[in-house]
Amino acid sequence: MKLPSPSVAQEAEAHAQPPAGETGDAGSFEAMAIPLFAPLYNFAHWLTQNREEAEDLVQETYAKALKGFASFSPGTNFRAWMYRIVRNTFLSSRSGLRAAATVPLDEEENGEAALPAISETPESLLLARSDQEMIRAALEQLPLPFREIILLCDLEEMSYREISVTLGLPLGTVMSRLSRARTAMRELLRRQLRRTSHEL
Amino acid sequence: MNCEWRVRLDGYVDGELSPEKQAQYEQHLRDCPSCAGALLSCMQMKRGIRSAAAARYSPPAELRFRVAQVIGPPPRITYRWLPQFSLAVAALMLVVVAAAVWLARPRATDFASELLDLHVSALASANPADVLSSDRHTVKPWFEGRLPFAFNLPDLQGSPFRLIGGRITYFQQSPGAQLLFGLGKHQISLFIFQEGALQLRPSPGTQELGFTIDTWSQDGLRYAAVGDTEPAQIHALRQLVQAAHSNKP
Repeated sequence: MKLPSPSVAQEAEAHAQPPAGETGDAGSFEAMAIPLFAPLYNFAHWLTQNREEAEDLVQETYAKALKGFASFSPGTNFRAWMYRIVRNTFLSSRSGLRAAATVPLDEEENGEAALPAISETPESLLLARSDQEMIRAALEQLPLPFREIILLCDLEEMSYREISVTLGLPLGTVMSRLSRARTAMRELLRRQLRRTSHEL
Repeated sequence: MNCEWRVRLDGYVDGELSPEKQAQYEQHLRDCPSCAGALLSCMQMKRGIRSAAAARYSPPAELRFRVAQVIGPPPRITYRWLPQFSLAVAALMLVVVAAAVWLARPRATDFASELLDLHVSALASANPADVLSSDRHTVKPWFEGRLPFAFNLPDLQGSPFRLIGGRITYFQQSPGAQLLFGLGKHQISLFIFQEGALQLRPSPGTQELGFTIDTWSQDGLRYAAVGDTEPAQIHALRQLVQAAHSNKP
């Protein structure tokens, strides 16, 4: 059966609308920003992997966001805007700069060539419910650009459009990076599973 | 096995496919065990990541407080704060009253200081007295026609005081008599003004810079005795003057 080859970029456009309730249509900064506090902290901690840094990062984020709230255009995605501030603030910190330098991303930024090469067979990886610790360990080992995109997509359940706003990347790059991140995640998990089964 | 549909896997798992593309993909899944297996694995991992990472780290209450401080709305006056607000108003009124009292006090002190200045400048003058005489019957008539009021001077016989003389002085643009008395080597000024000219509350023994200023009122005249002697001696002079005043000439 031969079907027309799907264009990934076009497909993503269909779901570009941010979910209802996540746009900054109305309300004060406080009313919009407070509900994001706990998830934002969780995300900051996953980025920094350090409690104190996460606390400082969240506080700085709120201070920056409040200061820049005038530049936030109502009707656009407030959550993506906030996560973007967290992420950019972290990247401009010393540990953020170090973390961002861990993986070369040049090749994926070059358009079509960036589409993921699928070489492994993901069906071989099946996880049990008790594997939470393994998943956490793998997430922690994942290079920052992969970790953040997986968290935004799988944990925060952001749309590709929101991720593109948050990370400041074109949609095509979001998709290719997400695919590479998942491949890397799968590889880490597979290695851990192998080690665990050897130990048994 | 690689399937060209594999590129739709992420979009499908993340709910990013259009309904049409989604339907096509689901149709393909029925025919492709490889894609079906990959989908299962991918969804499992996505769910696993979500449950492993969600609320993994909880913000401390202290951070919530710090952030609330950063973004908190400006404080508003509500009824909850009414008791505190009333207290604040009361405190403010107290401050205003205290300030008024404090501002009034230096006025009295200023008058005392001015009298003291008159006394000291007279003593420092080469001619401290316009009329120089120890005889009260010489000094008192000298003021006639020079002042709009008359006064009696005490007989100092048998007292430690002696009369030195007198001069015309001005206080707050009002003319008055300044009489100089001696007590040993000390000199005492007795000022006499019309009531109302000297806005100085009668007060026995105000101390200023080591001087005693004793003021009193008597029959429409205001007296002030200023000197660097013991307050008791100023008081003794005052009693002599008061007694002389009562002896109508």
